[in-house]
Amino acid sequence: MSCDEKVDCGRRRLLVATAAAGGAAGVVAVVPFVASMLPSERAKSAGAPVEADISKLAPGEMMTVEWRGKPVWIIRRTKEMLDQLAKLDEKLADPASDKQMQPEYCRNGYRSIKPEIMVAVGICTHLGCSPTEKFRTGAESGIDPDWAGGFLCPCHGSTFDLAGRVYKSKPAPDNLEVPPHRYLSDARIVIGEDTKGA
Amino acid sequence: MKKLLASVVMAPVLAFASGAEVHLDRAPDRSRDTAALQNGAKVFVNYCLSCHSASYMRYNRLKDIGLSDDQVRENLLFTADKVGEPMKISMQRAEAKQWFGAAPPDLTVIARARASEFGSGSDWLYTYLRTFYRDETRPTGWNNVAFSNVGMPHVLWELQGEQVMGDDHHLKLVKPGKLKPEEYDALVADLVGFLKYMGEPVGEFRKNLGIAVLIVLSLLFVLSYALKREFWKDIH
Amino acid sequence: MAASNYEKFKSDGTMLGNLTEWVDARFPLTSMWKAHLSEYYAPKNFNFWYFFGSLALLVLVIQIVTGIFLVMHYKPDASLNASGVPVAFASVEYIMRDVPWGWLIRYMHSTGASAFFIVVYLHMFRGLIYGSFRKPRELTWLFGVMIFLALMAEAFAGYLLPWGQMSYWGAQVILNLFSAIPFIGNDLATWIRGDFVIGDSTLNRMFSFHVIAIPLVLVGLVAAHILALHETGSNNPDGVEIKKRKDERGIPLDGIPFHPYYTVKDLVGVVVFLMVFSVILFFMPEGGGYFLEYNNFIPADPMVTPQHIAPVWYFTPYYSLLRAVTFPLFGIDAKFWGVVAMGAGVVIFAFLPWLDRSPVKSIRYRGPIFKVFLAIWVICFFILGYLGVQAPTPGRTLVSQICTVIYFAFFLTMPVWSKLDKCQPEPDRVTFR
Repeated sequence: MSCDEKVDCGRRRLLVATAAAGGAAGVVAVVPFVASMLPSERAKSAGAPVEADISKLAPGEMMTVEWRGKPVWIIRRTKEMLDQLAKLDEKLADPASDKQMQPEYCRNGYRSIKPEIMVAVGICTHLGCSPTEKFRTGAESGIDPDWAGGFLCPCHGSTFDLAGRVYKSKPAPDNLEVPPHRYLSDARIVIGEDTKGA
Repeated sequence: MKKLLASVVMAPVLAFASGAEVHLDRAPDRSRDTAALQNGAKVFVNYCLSCHSASYMRYNRLKDIGLSDDQVRENLLFTADKVGEPMKISMQRAEAKQWFGAAPPDLTVIARARASEFGSGSDWLYTYLRTFYRDETRPTGWNNVAFSNVGMPHVLWELQGEQVMGDDHHLKLVKPGKLKPEEYDALVADLVGFLKYMGEPVGEFRKNLGIAVLIVLSLLFVLSYALKREFWKDIH
Repeated sequence: MAASNYEKFKSDGTMLGNLTEWVDARFPLTSMWKAHLSEYYAPKNFNFWYFFGSLALLVLVIQIVTGIFLVMHYKPDASLNASGVPVAFASVEYIMRDVPWGWLIRYMHSTGASAFFIVVYLHMFRGLIYGSFRKPRELTWLFGVMIFLALMAEAFAGYLLPWGQMSYWGAQVILNLFSAIPFIGNDLATWIRGDFVIGDSTLNRMFSFHVIAIPLVLVGLVAAHILALHETGSNNPDGVEIKKRKDERGIPLDGIPFHPYYTVKDLVGVVVFLMVFSVILFFMPEGGGYFLEYNNFIPADPMVTPQHIAPVWYFTPYYSLLRAVTFPLFGIDAKFWGVVAMGAGVVIFAFLPWLDRSPVKSIRYRGPIFKVFLAIWVICFFILGYLGVQAPTPGRTLVSQICTVIYFAFFLTMPVWSKLDKCQPEPDRVTFR
């Protein structure tokens, strides 16, 4: 199409303007449809923070609570367990928790607010299976004679220590996620919310 | 043929000769009065939400009428633990049915359900909540002008006082309540305003969005009409 | 489709050109484009009434797209949830409140249902006044009548889904119509419901019909309707055949390519329609209680019938035909004949091409009898529609009976009066008015 004739020129300008305006309006009209597939208010409500009572959790044991439809582990680690953590650095992929898999206040050697209480989302960072607890150490664990206690993912064999840190050369790329959480008291913990709010 | 024509002409007249009308008072519009709607929410939670649920209405939705999650948590959150939960009640429906004869209906969309050819749902509710009167023949001791032989007692009687039905078929206030009649009407208007809001929380936003959509479409109309004219020059 | 008459696309060497040539060698892309758009010659004198065909297609698309998104959230389940509300009813309110923009999509769908009937009724009326059903377009018309029937079934099934009081009792009444059929009626009604009352199984099968079965049929019929139309070419307000007069290239003298002339013209119609649609959707989505009935905001309750029960507005003329029959005939009760009247009221449109014996097609050249009779018929249609939403009284029943007689008499006596009518001669070429 050339712009030689007067008529064609006006026509082309109008076509472009109409197509642009109509196209823009059309794109905006698509937004509600795309947005309707996002989590609804009900899903958001179900994903609201949950409270857990940890007063009955004995040292060396773990409990699971559901948050946003996912298992969240709370582990009360013993002194021995904590001592082990510092010795594993060489075997781990991200021992210093450089990747943002935890809130800033949990970016420490224990990946927790209180050293003994570990909170982590029990979903393997590889393809989303839930790892199983392997707290027994050494050859008894059936994993490795040097096994320091932790978790084994049944799907593809990734292993994590008791701070949720992933071992080197395993399919899972990252440490387990530590969800935002805070303490209401020594006995009560809120998962999904920290001191900054939601 | 003539007969046919005549009856066709007469048809609307015959058809309009219909039944008795229920007179409804017009409810004042509170839809853009945030303070009134908040007051209505308070009245609703305090007086209605013990027997009636609003099970599609989430507490945190009240942000539409200017209430933050914290305000809701402190002042209104009696029947749930989390602000994201809907306004449910603990009463079991089966028990409620035993006590009241019929389970109290869920009130989320009551303002939409009560609309009729005689007036909006708000009008009906505004009339209903102001026309309870003493009637000893009823099990609850109360009857109502808009809803005869209603199962619900007059929950707001302490505020309104007691009315009786006079011989002239008008209501008379025989025992004043805590509020003056104008104050009571205003309170009911706030409550009804809230019920209307709750029936369609998106209502106000819907109208605003509608104006924007119509502006865009007007622009598209101008463009498409000009385009049509341009092309049809060839034909005419 | 006459697709093979068109030359295959030759690339101009650009990437897009090469791609088009590649596709065109394997699929009738350019030939379909030409056959149905750029070289489909439509009469150049289309007026206002010719917008409603493309608008019906637009509404169909709106209904399908919004429907797809609604099905993502809706639950066809009549059981009661923890709050004592039917799950289906609660899921509609869930869409209205909890789903992001769910209210908009739902209102588009509910407003679209009424818009569909408004547009289709106007589209049918166009056919009626300009004789578009006449030879050679009988099949186009028949496909159209089938679309109308499918649309009614689709609307009926869809209306049950919100599971409110009107959904429930409307379905109760309509599905009980089948029980009017002698001998097998009651068993048939039970089979259709899948239960002895309207219940969960009824809701589930209506859901299946509404989202899968009938839409498939509808889309197929719409395709057939358009293909048949494009085979014969469009009628026009003058009712003359533009194919009778062609230029040396075989192009009708009064024809213009559908694209771009009618695409840009229909675009204006689309925008105006969307404006009207938006006014209803955003400012009066309940349509005064006709598009969304007030009683349907009360969950279905098999124990209590609402005081005033009426079908949705687009069914009311036919509902009036049903109620007008109050007397038994030939030893069969009135209920059966009411159902027959209702069914016949719709199906009788299918016979129009053979009932009309007028020498001309368009109302422009028809005589006074057609104009008067058509006007009376239209008035009767409106009165029947109005009476369908009103509670019956003896006076109203009498009026509806008179209108019913006129409704059918218009069609049944057409072979006689359409021949007698004093028509004017049709012009040779189309005119602009």
